[in-house]
Amino acid sequence: MSGLSLQSYEPRGRPPKTPKVLVAKLGLDGHDRGAKVVARALRDAGFDVVYTGIRQTPEQVVEAALQEDVDVIGISILSGAHIHHVSRLMELLRDLGEDIPVTVGGTIPLPDIPRLKEMGVREVFLPGTPLQVIVEKMRRLAEERQGARKI
Amino acid sequence: MQGRYSGDTGGLEERLLNLIERARGGSRALAGKLLSVLETPSPEAGVLLRLLIEKSGGNHVVGVTGIPGAGKSTLASQLIAEYRRRGLRVGVLAIDPSSPLSEGSLMADRLRMQRHATDPGVFIRSLASKGLLGGLSLAALAMVEALDAFGYDKIIVETVGVGQADVDILDVAHTILVVTMPGAGDDIQALKAGVMEIGDVYVLNKSDKPEAEQTLEFMKFALEAGTVSARHGWTPRLVKTSAVQGTGIPELADAIEEHRVFLEEKGLFAQRVEDRRVKLARLYARSLVDDMVEEIVGEKRAEILDTLRKSPDPYRSILDLVLEELRMRLQRL
Ligand code: B12
Ligand SMILES: Nc1nc2c(ncn2[C@@H]2O[C@H](COP(=O)(O)OP(=O)(O)OP(=O)(O)O)[C@@H](O)[C@H]2O)c(=O)[nH]1
Ligand SMILES: [Mg+2]
Repeated sequence: MSGLSLQSYEPRGRPPKTPKVLVAKLGLDGHDRGAKVVARALRDAGFDVVYTGIRQTPEQVVEAALQEDVDVIGISILSGAHIHHVSRLMELLRDLGEDIPVTVGGTIPLPDIPRLKEMGVREVFLPGTPLQVIVEKMRRLAEERQGARKI
Repeated sequence: MQGRYSGDTGGLEERLLNLIERARGGSRALAGKLLSVLETPSPEAGVLLRLLIEKSGGNHVVGVTGIPGAGKSTLASQLIAEYRRRGLRVGVLAIDPSSPLSEGSLMADRLRMQRHATDPGVFIRSLASKGLLGGLSLAALAMVEALDAFGYDKIIVETVGVGQADVDILDVAHTILVVTMPGAGDDIQALKAGVMEIGDVYVLNKSDKPEAEQTLEFMKFALEAGTVSARHGWTPRLVKTSAVQGTGIPELADAIEEHRVFLEEKGLFAQRVEDRRVKLARLYARSLVDDMVEEIVGEKRAEILDTLRKSPDPYRSILDLVLEELRMRLQRL
């Protein structure tokens, strides 16, 4: 059966893999409206979205991302504690040798954006970012990740 | 997993075996990646499935179903905790429906179980059922084999609410929990719908609520009156829990255990494993044919409409139309 293309082998009508993202809130931050709005927008755009809810530790988020094998991790923080939590998250991922793209949304002061990017955060979404922009950027990151996948 | 299959099964097998061993050894990152391979039925996924099946079949699959919001996920989280106290490893597959409009999904069962996220003896995976032939998709069946092979002693499969699709879970789980809650006026509806006939263990959750006693009486009556049929001579158990307060959980785990022992004694445990594997094959074959028929009917729309108006034997003509195309497509596989 060598030389069989996957196309002819799979039931039709389904893409090879639906983009899958984790949406999580780090720390003691109860502002979950944005996270939920974004989660719903991504679902409506055809993503599989795993929502972990509020009060997550970086350890929980990393574990969930690995077990779910998501293409993108989307963090939401409006508490002001983003530097602290996100740096820990990025450190955990680095130690595990995992390069799942991470994005951060919420009330991030402008001067902190370069700091987050330096840590390896791929995108920062400030309040007011149109959902369409978020969906497109998340899709691009998911596709990039899927392209680089190997087992 | 894209592109063409190399045909190099030797190298592939070796690689996959190595990954499976590491997943069995506790790498949840690798377990997560292997499950993703099973999401689409590629040739590589087939090889992986065979290797998994060599190792699976021994562990206990517990299906959790019931009306939306009854507390299935919260209860599953409590069961995980109880099993961990008993020294068992637990794998969870939480299945949520995809939106019929966007094909996307918002999966929040995990939210209720997140306290176990960092426990090395627990693995949780969310899966969107792509509306394919019922709630339990092909991928879910393959993933059950994987969690089994990875050495999770208890595999909890949560499926979406009530409905026809849920009867799916019959062939998959060894033990089926049907979760309900007090005061849901539609409980009688659920009884009629047939879901109240599939349970091995019925759980009245949210028993912390005042209306619980009344619902419990009703359920007892329903069970005794034989509305609920016994499978293979097993008398369904009824357990009262509160997943938020953590009451009734050891009793629930005990009832599930009794059922496992019952299955083993009757020689039914291994049979259920075979049933779920046959179901996997059936789902796969059916999805192939279904998709083809879908395509053909789409392409031949005009001819079909014409046939319905003109053919002396329209059913026969439609069959001819579709079968001819189907045969050609099947040959091309
Ligand atoms: C509504 C609101 C609340 C509600 C929250 C309701 C809820 N369940 O979410 C309530 C009233 C409960 C509340 C409480 C508090 N709040 Co308040 N709150 C707000 C407010 C006015 C709007 C937030 C909001 O919902 N926006 C709408 C959503 C859709 O936007 P968003 O979350 O920003 O999300 C967008 C982007 O950021 C991005 N995004 C966000 N998350 C994600 C995730 C992913 C994956 C992606 C891709 C993108 C993304 O995309 C979204 C769409 O563009 C903000 C002010 C502001 N301008 O943001 C203050 C604000 C966040 N709150 C603030 C404070 C201080 C508090 C309190 C501590 C007040 C108090 N002293 O009690 C409490 C703390 C509550 C808690 N437990 O954490 C401060 C935070 C200051 C800081 N960061 O240092 C703010 C900034 C107000 C201010 N200017 O002082 N708050
Ligand atoms: N009072 C009470 N509330 C409960 C109990 N168990 C769960 N809940 C609450 O019921 C709601 C639904 O719980 P879930 O565990 O998400 O229910 P579910 O059946 O998994 O829901 P779906 O997967 O969406 O069908 C949540 O708000 C829980 O906190 C219980 O024993 N008592
Ligand atoms: Mg649930």
